[in-house]
Amino acid sequence: MKFAVITFPGSNCDYDCYRAVKDHLKCQVEYIWHREHSLNNCDCVILPGGFSYGDYLRTGAIARFSPIMQQVIDFADKGGPVIGICNGFQILLESGLLPGAMLVNRNLQFICQTVHLKVENNRLPFTNRLTAGQLLRVPIAHKEGNYYADDRTIKELEDNGRVVFRYSDGSGQADEKSNPNGSLNNIAGITNKKGNVLGMMPHPERAMEQLLGSSDGALVFDSIKNFLGAN
Amino acid sequence: MTKHQEPAVDIKLARSFGLNQEEFDSIQRIMGRMPSYTELGIFSVLWSEHCSYKNSKPLLKLFPTRAPQVLQGPGENAGIVDIGDGLGIAMKVESHNHPSAIEPYQGAATGIGGILRDIFTMGARPIALMDPLYFGSLDDAHVRHLFSGVVSGIADYGNCVGIPTVGGSVVFDESYTTNPLVNVMCLGLVENKKIMRGFASGPGNLVIAVGATTGRDGIHGATFASEELSEASSAKRPSVQIGDPFTKKLLLEATLELIESGLAVGIQDMGAAGLTSSSIEMASRAGTGLEMDMAKVPLRETGMTPYEIMLSESQERMVVVAPKENYDQIKAIFDKWELHCSSIGVVTNDGHVRIKWGEKVFADIPVKALVDEAPVYERESRKPGYLDKLKQFIQNDIKEPKDHNKSLNSVLSAPTIASKRWVYQQYDHQVRTNTAVLPGSDAAVLRIRGTNKAIGITTDCNGRYCYLNPFNGGAIAVAEAARNLACSGAKPLGLTDCLNFGNPYKPEVFYQMKQAVEGLAEACKVLEVPVISGNVSLYNESLTHSVYPTPLIGMVGLIEDVSHITTQWFKEAGDIVFLAGDIQSQPDIGGSEYLKEVHGQVNGDAPAIDLQAEKKLHNFIGEAIKAGLVCSAHDCSEGGLAVALAECCFADLSSNPSPDGRGGTGLTADLSGLPGRGDFKLFAENQSRVVLSSKAEDVEKLVSLAKKYSIDILKLGTVGGDRLVIKDLIDLPVAEARKTWEEAIPNKMK
Repeated sequence: MKFAVITFPGSNCDYDCYRAVKDHLKCQVEYIWHREHSLNNCDCVILPGGFSYGDYLRTGAIARFSPIMQQVIDFADKGGPVIGICNGFQILLESGLLPGAMLVNRNLQFICQTVHLKVENNRLPFTNRLTAGQLLRVPIAHKEGNYYADDRTIKELEDNGRVVFRYSDGSGQADEKSNPNGSLNNIAGITNKKGNVLGMMPHPERAMEQLLGSSDGALVFDSIKNFLGAN
Repeated sequence: MTKHQEPAVDIKLARSFGLNQEEFDSIQRIMGRMPSYTELGIFSVLWSEHCSYKNSKPLLKLFPTRAPQVLQGPGENAGIVDIGDGLGIAMKVESHNHPSAIEPYQGAATGIGGILRDIFTMGARPIALMDPLYFGSLDDAHVRHLFSGVVSGIADYGNCVGIPTVGGSVVFDESYTTNPLVNVMCLGLVENKKIMRGFASGPGNLVIAVGATTGRDGIHGATFASEELSEASSAKRPSVQIGDPFTKKLLLEATLELIESGLAVGIQDMGAAGLTSSSIEMASRAGTGLEMDMAKVPLRETGMTPYEIMLSESQERMVVVAPKENYDQIKAIFDKWELHCSSIGVVTNDGHVRIKWGEKVFADIPVKALVDEAPVYERESRKPGYLDKLKQFIQNDIKEPKDHNKSLNSVLSAPTIASKRWVYQQYDHQVRTNTAVLPGSDAAVLRIRGTNKAIGITTDCNGRYCYLNPFNGGAIAVAEAARNLACSGAKPLGLTDCLNFGNPYKPEVFYQMKQAVEGLAEACKVLEVPVISGNVSLYNESLTHSVYPTPLIGMVGLIEDVSHITTQWFKEAGDIVFLAGDIQSQPDIGGSEYLKEVHGQVNGDAPAIDLQAEKKLHNFIGEAIKAGLVCSAHDCSEGGLAVALAECCFADLSSNPSPDGRGGTGLTADLSGLPGRGDFKLFAENQSRVVLSSKAEDVEKLVSLAKKYSIDILKLGTVGGDRLVIKDLIDLPVAEARKTWEEAIPNKMK
């Protein structure tokens, strides 16, 4: 069982994802530089957070043209699990693997804080160790995390259980007050039709151990391992 | 291209470069002739205050800089302390005050860029940033512009580069209205055997410029940093460099890869005074010379002269010195990261720096003259008249308000005291997943991966204290930093300082500086904390006055075991709360936040400080934490005991992620065991005091440990409920007090 962490110039959560797999899952993991043309037979692809190409054009807009992205798209098309976190989510949106777009946060500022996430779909490779309605404490850290899509897309996501995580408060209430960035329907993470591609703004790799405040993110990694082990 | 015509050199030109007559004369004497235009430019930046420390050098000698744990003291890009396990912490603080005053966003951003380079140049991977900031009042629209610009500049740069900004401090006072202080500190983790230094050794070795191209931005930035701001300063906006955090991230990774490869013999960042100071300082340290061809420097603009290339402060560039045979491999590393890499010269053995364009020589100066013969001044010092006047303050003349709840609310909503969440929420404080204590407690704490250890980091300086009593203010900055570390479970290892003062040519300013440095030095000696690096920022002046003397301290300490990590927040109902340390002295409200916010006065003397007692207190706290007797520990500082207790009640953000949660936990306390009047007990900022909480069953052990260390300890009350109750004085719902404290800055920034 091997994980790939794709490193773009400007990725900066690649190290944290690498450590999460290595230290917590104790699985094989390798960095794959964006100019490579092969995923080296990895079983799961992680697109980490950061500022690929400085986000100077639009978040994720340049990274999607990196040579490795064609491999990632082919891998996803064949049903391989792909998780994009933060900037990785933005890259998934830009490359068309997931629908919608990110706007600048409602308060126009970068926001770094721990939030509550409500689990909406626990039937995915990334969530099978979670229960529906479970609350996770996971940090967010982004300036462009205000998820937006047209009404039809939002309906399509909602009707088909493709909203995976929603921002909520400590009692599971997902409303305006518990929405940190203005995302439509408090959407924090979504999946594709087949359910093998997950994009999420919060950082599960930052919530791997109590020493750093929360270990809830580890459940997402445990789920992937569980899924891969079962296959 | 080789024809660059240089302007004629005379005293008028020298003055415009920031040199005085005396300095211009000695340059001519050293050269034995009139210097060329390029030569004069090189002299002027290296002899600027920023590069030469000409007005502060004699004072800096007062600092203790040696200790067994010091692996690198002052004089390099950064200092390094040993934390065991073959690892060291590199640390340095710098100022970007003047650039931030006229262009807050880029000024602050490039401050981060510069300090990062200082750290990774040493072979250390940056692991944390801290930003101590000082602004005028938020009621002033221009100050709000500076404040939001600086914070977003720091955020955008630090977040993009992927180094967590784990804390800092923000102070608001009218003294900083037009001249904010923007200090930036960086810490890095280094394997001790891989420490790299800035030596241009080995004649025949190549001098290589790597990173970004060179443009005309930032020319004379170091000179600009060495003069007062004036109404004309905004015309110097082009002296502010433009940051490129994306390129910086690439440069950081490429440089660390280069150091790991062992291909280079010396590396230095191009910071203030660009190629001039970096290359010449490297030659000076190694006792060598340099010959560089400006035609080989990768440029981003056409028609640049050797003078402009040498003085450019374009960001994201480094100088590497390496053997010829390693060049191709070095170039391959920088090619991978899509960065420039160009051999621009060689190390020589004649002790001269020679700047050429092709065959034509534009400058030829002995390195020794530039660095070692830079002028050093012992400025005239005169005690400012205001000092004695303010000491006549009689605190009992202050009328005691009836409603102390109201006073507490005013102090909690003073921006200096209020929650800084508006600031640190914009900083990524968790990337690289080491941050164990997030911003908001006494010290930030980072675990050291691969060990069971952690480090505590804090920054401190109360400029108002330094204004009222420069010696005590300086000593308190060190004492408070060390106390913050003690409260987090850490033992101090070393400090870095950023000496922010006004114009040293004003005798009153020099007096403040001298006294403050003496106070710092005395505290460093008694508390046994060596100074390992630092920076001096002078000429912090507005049209009418100097800023408060602000010798900022950044301190790092070691936590031997992550289980000793301690935070300021009360943990559970039923825990018993104590005040440990100086509980006998009469309360003193001189220089306090209370006196300013409630009574509108900056008056009196700074609090007294007994450094020996302070040291004993830190030893006791350290021991009590190690023995597992402490649930929470919080230093009493700005705002006094009342604010300290309120802050202990306000829940930790990480346990309370929803912004409008219940606010924290209550406390019922009684201060009748303390001397003095009610408002003074609540708000006096007496030093050497710490609020501790302990499990009820550990109380006896804690008290007897205090006795063993001859530390006075007074039981104040019990944690519980949802109100902050201080008998006969304060009774407020915690949620309400917290709201006041949380919303003060966001409300001003709306």
